[in-house]
Amino acid sequence: MSAAPETDDRVKEISPLKRALIRPELGGMVGTVAVFTLFALFAFDSGMFAPQGIMNWSIISAQFMIIAVGACLLMIAGEFDLSVGSMIGFAGMMIAVFGVVLQWPIWIAILVTFVLCSAIGAINGFIVIRTGLPSFIVTLAGLFILRGFTIYIPQTVENKTIIGGIRDAAEGDWLAPIFGGKIGQPIFQWLGDIGVIDTFQRGTRVGQPVVDGVPMLIVWAIVLIIFGHLLLTRTRFGNWIFAAGGDAEAARNSGVPVNRVKILMFMFTAFCATVFATCQVMEFGSAGADRGLLKEFEAIIAVVIGGALLTGGYGSVLGAALGALIFGVVQQGLFFAGVESSLFRVFLGVILLGAVILNTYIRRMITGER
Amino acid sequence: MSDPIIRMMNIEKHFGAVIALAGVSIDVFPGECHCLLGDNGAGKSTFIKTMSGVHKPTKGEIIFEGQPMEFDTPRDAMEAGIATVHQHLAMIPLMSVSRNFFMGNEPVTRRFGLSLFDREKADRVTMEEMRKMGINLRGPDQAVGTLSGGERQTVAISRAVYFGAKVLILDEPTSALGVRQTSNVLATIDKVRKQGVAVVFITHNVRHALAVGDRFTVLNRGQTLGTAVRGAVTPEELQDMMAGGQELATLEGSLGGTV
Repeated sequence: MSAAPETDDRVKEISPLKRALIRPELGGMVGTVAVFTLFALFAFDSGMFAPQGIMNWSIISAQFMIIAVGACLLMIAGEFDLSVGSMIGFAGMMIAVFGVVLQWPIWIAILVTFVLCSAIGAINGFIVIRTGLPSFIVTLAGLFILRGFTIYIPQTVENKTIIGGIRDAAEGDWLAPIFGGKIGQPIFQWLGDIGVIDTFQRGTRVGQPVVDGVPMLIVWAIVLIIFGHLLLTRTRFGNWIFAAGGDAEAARNSGVPVNRVKILMFMFTAFCATVFATCQVMEFGSAGADRGLLKEFEAIIAVVIGGALLTGGYGSVLGAALGALIFGVVQQGLFFAGVESSLFRVFLGVILLGAVILNTYIRRMITGER
Repeated sequence: MSDPIIRMMNIEKHFGAVIALAGVSIDVFPGECHCLLGDNGAGKSTFIKTMSGVHKPTKGEIIFEGQPMEFDTPRDAMEAGIATVHQHLAMIPLMSVSRNFFMGNEPVTRRFGLSLFDREKADRVTMEEMRKMGINLRGPDQAVGTLSGGERQTVAISRAVYFGAKVLILDEPTSALGVRQTSNVLATIDKVRKQGVAVVFITHNVRHALAVGDRFTVLNRGQTLGTAVRGAVTPEELQDMMAGGQELATLEGSLGGTV
């Protein structure tokens, strides 16, 4: 056997630049730079980049990020979950029902809700696997069923669609601050003292910095992104996620437990929705039947902007996080810039279309299709 | 000559009232390329599925490495060292070659108390194995989608061999390929055979079979019509056996020997 030649003249050399560009995060990175440049130019004086402004859009972005991580991994595994938004409403309502109506300790209410919602995610996955139906349809049914219960339950037990009093119920609880608390207060106090952050000049909080800590919501977002990214790129399970979404049959032939991977990803998506709901309920102190409306689409849009293919098998958690960041910055930025907020939807549609077109182009470059 | 690594004796497989296999026997030796020829519907697929653990034979015996074998799942057969490379269902185009190569068998290292996918090892082994097979990759992260059909088959074959296949079943690996790609795959089969792997090469192309085969078994209507050794059989005879004899012979006269 002769040694194979070092290069094949039929394989065209790809320039390092183009090679660096062929990555799922490209769209997200370009979009992030573009969005920040745009708002830095047109809304710099609006307070958007002052500490309070940054905190404002960071919180919104973090909300999107939490659900985008779950949606991203699920989409790479080749499935959708349209019940994310309803799951957020449902999970919040369950915490309120357990913690306020039934008077359970809040930590038990939170844990039971997590178990319940993950189980519902597993049921979604199980139905998709067993019936072979598109997850689109199965979770669309879930969207209506969960939303229906979210309205029915509080109306039946309390005769209203919003249950409050969660903040009182969570007083002194050990688990609630992990979702509703803040961290880093001493650092922000110090930043306030040395004048980096403005402090309140009058009122009851005089001397305290205007931004007094990082909400746990943001911490959860960062933790979930790091977890999702490492899981996807650094573990064998991550390889199985790609394989399950790329071609389930080929993956099965190679011994990948495709069903287990998909069901676990449905559960993880439900878990992320529950994290979102718990943080929201702790922040507002109440659970409402209309919480989480349309969140499933926002999650999917963030994921697609982040470079994942709707057909599965390709994508990036970091990209999805950037997609969520773009989402949050634009939504809040338009408000700061004083632009009519309905234009946000126009922007959303445009950027979604642009992202999908760019992704298709990138996929062609990767697979060499024409 | 050593003992056959796998011996299938009088395998019968019935699906309800349909008799798919009516007594098929073959044996395969290590380092041999045994070609299984047959026309569409001859029972080739059913037979290899029996061999790879997908179907259980209704009657008959499978002796693997001298032991009677009962495979409950394809996984059992795989673990025993019987690997099947399917024509289409082997590779995922969007994933890199190295991720495909180790799909389902990812190497892991422990770092910070976590068990992580050892991508460094995966990339290194993939590049090595591909070079052995004469495929030059731009890099281990090159997507399988950029490879040609023949190269994909080669990746799938070398993957099976790397993971310890003793019997390699190739299900029509050349049927969808062009001339050049076919010769690449046939060359790969030859390399694998020289490493001592028993190759079962399923095809309905007599020329492809004759190019690499050591022995030839023809399947027709669920039965074996005998096994021939290389050199003892002509392409025409094989072709005739596959087609069931007469019809093609008469047709061939009118077509002037072009089939």
